[in-house]
Parts: sequence; C-alpha cells; structure tokens
Amino acid sequence: MRVLACIKRVPITGGRIVLTDDSLAIDTRHLGFTMSPHEECGVEEAVRIIEAGGGDSVVLTLGPPEAVEQLRDAMALGIDRAIHLQTDGREWDGEATAAALTEAIKADEAASGRFDLVFFGNESADSGGFQVGARVAYALARPCVTGLKRVTIEGASVRCEQEVEGGRDVYVVPLPAVLTVKEGLNLPRYPSVPGRMRAGRKPVTATNPVRPEPRLELVRLVVPAGQGRRAESLGTGAAAAPAVVEMLRKAGVL
Amino acid sequence: MVLVLVEQAGGNAIDPSLQTLTLARSFGQPVHALLVGSATDLTQHGVAVAHVAQHVALGAYAPDAWAAMLNQLAVQLNASAVLAAGTDRGNEVMARFAARTGLPLAANCTSVSPGPPLTVTRLRWGGSLLEEARLNSERPLITVAPYVVPIEPSSMPADVEPFAPELTDENLLVRVVEHVAAPGGGVSLTEAKVVVSGGRGVGSKEGFAIIEELAGLLGAAVGCSRAVTSAGWRPHTDQVGQTGTKVAPDVYIACGISGATQHMAGLKGAKRILAINSDAQAPMMQNADYTVAGDLKEIVPAISAEIRKVK
Repeated sequence: MRVLACIKRVPITGGRIVLTDDSLAIDTRHLGFTMSPHEECGVEEAVRIIEAGGGDSVVLTLGPPEAVEQLRDAMALGIDRAIHLQTDGREWDGEATAAALTEAIKADEAASGRFDLVFFGNESADSGGFQVGARVAYALARPCVTGLKRVTIEGASVRCEQEVEGGRDVYVVPLPAVLTVKEGLNLPRYPSVPGRMRAGRKPVTATNPVRPEPRLELVRLVVPAGQGRRAESLGTGAAAAPAVVEMLRKAGVL
Repeated sequence: MVLVLVEQAGGNAIDPSLQTLTLARSFGQPVHALLVGSATDLTQHGVAVAHVAQHVALGAYAPDAWAAMLNQLAVQLNASAVLAAGTDRGNEVMARFAARTGLPLAANCTSVSPGPPLTVTRLRWGGSLLEEARLNSERPLITVAPYVVPIEPSSMPADVEPFAPELTDENLLVRVVEHVAAPGGGVSLTEAKVVVSGGRGVGSKEGFAIIEELAGLLGAAVGCSRAVTSAGWRPHTDQVGQTGTKVAPDVYIACGISGATQHMAGLKGAKRILAINSDAQAPMMQNADYTVAGDLKEIVPAISAEIRKVK
C-alpha cells in the first residue's frame, strides 16, 4: 500500500479572532498553529493502514515555509516522508491549491508508484472551501467519497461510511481512491518522544510552485458582530443553584 | 436564469434548499430548480420552472451523477449561475461540478451581489469569521450557508418539466450501496431541548458523572468540547463545535468550557447559554446569557440537588 495524507497549516484561534490592519488575514502574531482537525484524522488513518498492512506513507502540504512544522508533526505520528509546496504566505484559492497538489501527486507517483489512497480533510478549518479533495480526485480520474467517519480496506476496494441523518450511508469503491474525512474517524495518537526525534530526520522535499491569480478573490475579512448575549451573573458557587433552577423554569425546560 | 439544486427529504424540499431559492432571487433573474427523482411543490418559492430528473439509476444517491446532471441542465439552459444549499450533499455535488467544469466555487455564502464583478459574503471558521470575495467566473457556482438566509415566500406557479439526464457508468461508480440505521436510545444532541456540556474543566472521564446526573434530571443530552474528545474522555459523537455537532437547544449549559471559536461555532443556534466556569475572564463567560462563577464540581451537584428539591 502507498498512502498519501494532504494537510493544511491553520492558526489556533482561541477565544476571539483578531484581524491584521488591512483586514486581509488573521493576526497570528500571538497564535500557535496546528494542522486542520479533519486532516489530523486523515494522517492517523494513513499511519494505521500502513502499520496494519505495510507499505509507505507520505504527507503533502501547500503552505508557507513554517508549514514544515505540521509536516514534522505528521511524521512524528508515523508518516515516512513529506512533500512541501512552499508559498510566500499569501492565500491560494481551492482551485489553485488543487491544481498544485495534483501536479505534485503526479510527479511523486511517476517516481515512486501510484498511491492507493489519498486522504484529505472534508474541509479546511480556516477557509472552508469544501472542494480541494473532489478537484484532485477528478483531475486524477479516481473515485472520491467525502465526509467519512469510517474507512475499511477490503481487498482491492475500500468501504466508506458517512454519517447522515438517521444513521450511516455506505459506499464501496475500487482502489485507487481519494477520500475526504471528518474528525471522529479515529482518535489521533499523541506523538511519542522517539517519534518526534525520528520525524526530525525524515526527508522533506520542497518546491516553489507559482501562484495563479485567484478566481475566488478575497476582498476583506470581517469579524461578525456578537450575538448580543448579555452575560447576566446568577451568582457565585453552589449558592447560585436556586437562581439557576429559576432560570431553567422560566426557560420552560423544567 | 439561475439554476438551483433542490434537495428533498420525505417528499419535501429541505429548508436549506428553500433558503437557497430565496437567495437565488437576488440575481434578479428567473429561478429554475433541479429536483432529483420526484417533483415537490415549489409554488411558494419563486420558481419559474422545476426540472425533475428521472433516470433508472437514480434510486441510490450518486454524487457524481448529481454533478453531471446539474452540469447538463446548466449547459442546456445556459444558466448564468448555479446554486445549491451548503449541506454535506450540496457542498460535495457542487465541488464535483466545479471539478468537472473547471469553474471556481464559493462555498457557504450568506449573500450575493450580482455585480459585475460578482461579490459574495461567505463563512469561514464555521461562521466565526466572514469573508467578502469576488467570484471571477463566467458561470458562478455558489453554495448557501444553511440557516442564515430566512426563507421569503414568493408565489409563482412553477412549470414542472421532466429532464432525462445522460449518465455513464463512471458517474455511478460512487453511490450509496447500504444505509445503516443509527442505534436508538438516548437524547440526540441535535434535537435536545437542553444540552449539558463539559470541557477541560471537568478534569477527567470520571468527572462527567455529575454532568450526566444533571443531564438525566433535565432530560438533556450530554455534550463536550474538543479538548475532551481529544483527551479520550468522551466519544466524538458528543462533541459540540465546528468539527463536531451543531446544536440548537433552548438552554445550553457549558461547564468548564473556555469558549474557543471552535466550540462557539457549534452554539449559534442555542437560545440561552449558561456558563459555569472558575475563570470569570473565559470567553465562554463573556459570550453567555447567564453565568455562575466558581468550581463546577460544587455548582453542578448543587443544581442537581436543587432540581430534586423542587421536582
């Protein structure tokens, strides 16, 4: 098996989003970064598949030079090597991102063989475009199943389960396939200290693709107005219990 | 004209699709609808023509087939824009449509100004941030964020026309082959009138006993924050937030939850929020309707005891 996990570096926004002065980006000066949550599950699934059946695993991202931190995080979980499509930090739209990733996948496959599975997150935590996985799948002429909460390899096919109203929808598609996953697919492990040390020595291949003009072009970001909740204090400690019960009664739930 | 994919459940158009029909009227052009499999009454939603796709293979949901049909109809009608609801299905069908036509897609939009240039406002970070963007495209593809645009009825006697799509085996490769019903029992998070939710402040898996006790007394569902599922204290099915479940209870009780944007993105539908937290400066305490400051390990059992007293 050869498995690829595609990830995106995103800021950890905390309690309140603050924008840069030009309103074109989140002010990340005081923020940490992580990989987008759905994709963390894609990485974990890739590692489990290789652990169970053997083979090799690769992680791919398009992002600024600092995104190498997230590639190292993925390798600390067990991914073998990384491909980094370096940007200058400006945002790429979903269409441009998918085109660059497709090219990188084709190049890697030409050198090292076909990926049986390519994992994406269902949507990125930040821009939420809901499209990169489907675009890459179409460009590679491979079946794509989205929003998965369970993935089971069955010989030359993969059984895919999606959470829907009232239960789960099941799809079975032949390999090679492109799968987009959601958090809850698995519980990603914490990287071990030896895992982190090994990750530092694993290979990262970097290239610098040219950014096309975006056709979905960001004009500005706006932090939405709050919902006007008034934060009325019902008291402090256990003594507040009667006031809470009174509130519940007024709300009609008791 | 603009074309809207209308999803159905139980023979009726789903609300997010009706919201999409309302937003589609902001183009100031006739609105056509694509219905898959069977017709439904759209006469109150400003639809000029409802096209009903019928094909022997459409019994099971097949997203590539839906994308192919939508494209065939858009080309046939020379649609100036194509829209769908920003549901799981709407987003995936439009992404596949965008892929096969090489057109840009703006997902989860809340408003559209036809332009030119066409500009949209769309959700980022699960709605914690808004983006204004130009969509430079000969045929804009748009999905509409669910439950943001109110449905505005507009009476119009929609013509109903059959539509016979051409589908290939390739369009039908990805299709639902089985539906597994969810195990019953318990109060569902999405439908609960009350949700009692715990965060990192609960301290441990065992710490949820007092949360469950209060939830039991209120007939409530138990929820939690992402920190809790990441720690393995609760299953992901209990997680409320951007990458978990979005809830809409009458009362949401947040115990020991800091209130990161990830969590708040799941609470936009909550009528009232009660925050219980030892840190009065936590974002959750600022963004709640009611607050109780202090140790949840004392406060939550005290509320349970008080409910027993008055019940």
